[in-house]
Amino acid sequence: MRPRPLSPHLGVYRFMYTMATSIAHRITGVVLSVGLVVLVAWLLAAASGTEAYASTAALLSSGLVKVLLAGWLLAFCYHLCNGLRHLGWDLGRGLEKPEARRSAAWVVVGTLVLFAVLVWLLLLRAGGTVGGAA
Amino acid sequence: MSLQSPLGRVLGRGSAKSGVSHWWAQRVSAVALVPLTLWFVWQLAGLAGGVDGYSYDAVRAWVASGLTPVLLVLLVLALTYHSALGVQVVLEDYVHGKGLKVASLLASTFAHLLLAAAGVYAVLRIAFTTGSV
Repeated sequence: MRPRPLSPHLGVYRFMYTMATSIAHRITGVVLSVGLVVLVAWLLAAASGTEAYASTAALLSSGLVKVLLAGWLLAFCYHLCNGLRHLGWDLGRGLEKPEARRSAAWVVVGTLVLFAVLVWLLLLRAGGTVGGAA
Repeated sequence: MSLQSPLGRVLGRGSAKSGVSHWWAQRVSAVALVPLTLWFVWQLAGLAGGVDGYSYDAVRAWVASGLTPVLLVLLVLALTYHSALGVQVVLEDYVHGKGLKVASLLASTFAHLLLAAAGVYAVLRIAFTTGSV
């Protein structure tokens, strides 16, 4: 059978930033799923003794991984804020286009504020000992 | 009465597939994760702000204290469940080719079960082997 045309035909729509917030929910979700491996690895290291924890902590404290941790934190903030927006829709609220556009903007604002607070609280304050012993 | 054809039902086809159960489970786990993840980052903030930061002893003492292990087990289970459901939909949407689709779905399911088991094991091991505080 010849391949059937399938929706969605993304190309026929004029781009709206609400489309970006929609696909970003999926992307951040997948990113967070990968981050789950790091969370479990961290817990396993803490369960496996000082040596295992020290090497994991050293890895988590390296520059590149710190950037990744910040990225996961950003993904978490976005997925949480936009997830709440989705739950609102599931309750039948905010489904009109102007409301959805406004809530998309609020999601971006909320994400950035939460991200700034969490980066400071979780990453910067620990003084270079992310996940690690000094 | 089902409106699905018998063949469609056997193949699990049709727009609804298993009905709304997947959709619903995704929402239930999402609702659970709102307080659980906020609690988790709040706790991490407490660790980060402590004198020992995320040191081995500080992390273990925290994991083993009070109701923390219970909430951490719930967090790990809710996270892996929510993640498994989400990744499943993404794979169903974007991975084409029958063999590859089934293989990736199986791999995702097994990986998530492994993460759930490993996470719960780690939390319980810390909780049971850290000197009573």
